[in-house]
Amino acid sequence: MGELMDNKKKDQKRQLLILTILGLVLFFGIWEIVVRVGIISERNLCTPTKVVQTLIYKLYNTKPDGSTLFVHFLSSIKLSLFGFILAVVVGVPLGLVMGYYKAMDSFFTPLFEVIRPIPPIAWIPIVILTLGIGFQAKVFIIFISAFVPCVVNSYLGIKLTDQTLIDVAQTYGATRWQIFTTICIPSSMNMVFTGVRVSLAASWSTLVAAEMLASTEGLGYMIQIGRNLIRPDIILVGMITIGIVGALMGWVLSLFEKKVAPWRY
Amino acid sequence: MAVQKDKIIIRGLSKTFYQKNKVVEVLKNINITVKENEFLVLLGPGQCGKTVLLNIMADLDKPTEGEVEFTDGRPEMGNLGIVFQRYALFPWKTVMGNVEVNQKFKGTPKEKRQQAAQKYIELVGLQGFENALPQALSGGMQQRVGIARAYATESDIMLLDEPFGALDAQTRYSMEDEILRMWEQDKRTVIFVTNNVEEAIYLGDRIILLGGHPTGVKKEYVPEMPRPRNYTDVAFLKLRNEIVNNTDLVL
Repeated sequence: MGELMDNKKKDQKRQLLILTILGLVLFFGIWEIVVRVGIISERNLCTPTKVVQTLIYKLYNTKPDGSTLFVHFLSSIKLSLFGFILAVVVGVPLGLVMGYYKAMDSFFTPLFEVIRPIPPIAWIPIVILTLGIGFQAKVFIIFISAFVPCVVNSYLGIKLTDQTLIDVAQTYGATRWQIFTTICIPSSMNMVFTGVRVSLAASWSTLVAAEMLASTEGLGYMIQIGRNLIRPDIILVGMITIGIVGALMGWVLSLFEKKVAPWRY
Repeated sequence: MAVQKDKIIIRGLSKTFYQKNKVVEVLKNINITVKENEFLVLLGPGQCGKTVLLNIMADLDKPTEGEVEFTDGRPEMGNLGIVFQRYALFPWKTVMGNVEVNQKFKGTPKEKRQQAAQKYIELVGLQGFENALPQALSGGMQQRVGIARAYATESDIMLLDEPFGALDAQTRYSMEDEILRMWEQDKRTVIFVTNNVEEAIYLGDRIILLGGHPTGVKKEYVPEMPRPRNYTDVAFLKLRNEIVNNTDLVL
């Protein structure tokens, strides 16, 4: 009986794997054909095989955009991690205290509600005027985009704490501070991590915009150069690198979450 | 049985909730005296305000009229052992973490409080599960943790609010035996709230039947049967019928 179930499961796994492969093959196959046949001109979009060639080429060569892929990657990840970590360090505690202390809520929430709907890219002009076009300016743009989901989710996480658990802690003699640290914060962890994950994605998506501010390296910069030189393969290598690194970082984050907050809630 | 001293005296207690344009009288003129180390059962149909009464005793709510007197002085917040309906365990804390929580709030040093917690984990029969998270435990085991957590307050008064209500019948029977065993082993004043007549007769030294609108004390029963009691005993069934006939039906 058990063996039968195992076989069935294995079969199902195999079928699902075939579907995954089929999806990828179809996607890249159709893409390749569309460009080869000339439905879209090779000047505007290159084939996936060309992208792979360029990717390998860019590992060792600085042409035509001035740096190897690794240098671009390093510059981008430095920028986005800086903005992202700053956003988490400031945003999560702020959201948590706003959710728990009414005074903090009244003080910060109206201000925050006005800042929240402003798209990060709309900050660029004012940031250029105040912070210039250097590292700080770029970090600030990324920070803004990653900051909002951190605050919103931490705030909600505290607000959604089960009242019964708060009552329990109270009857067992917890002070207000103890209720905050030992009940509300752990219970908000799942929400906080969701926020952090959204932040991470946001920090990557703002990267390209931030690197439009006069860069000499970075994945966003590389994409820009690709556009100027009409080199779709360069653009796509940049895009794919951003995609893969983003997915990897999301994966690392979920491993971290399993370690820090292993309970279901 | 020796004459027991009074432990808790509830005098003329009433509770009225004032809602938007509605006045709801929940409890009216409740008088109950709880003896030291007795196993007292508060029996009443669902929604009759049993939990409100317990909350007032636990100081989570204030009475509209009347008072609750603790003859040894009102215990401070955190010095009452309370077991909640739906376990209400902290899902991010291990069994040990849950049981030691009260002593932790009080600032007892780690080694001392874990030693005490260990004693109660063993009392409820959960040794070996100290480092398990609640989600890994069955309902019955989770409520054992809840009971151990209440015992670990070292309070001489235990309030249990329908502690076995969410358990299946089989587990419920074994937990009833367990709670009696623990009480025999470590005598404390127990106030056990339930809506289940058999459970009340099986467990109680005395049964206070609550009912009416608003809720008041309807009658008091003393099951004159030695423990362990037998559900199919003639005296048991007789008392059961008597109580059922006296209970308000809630549909």
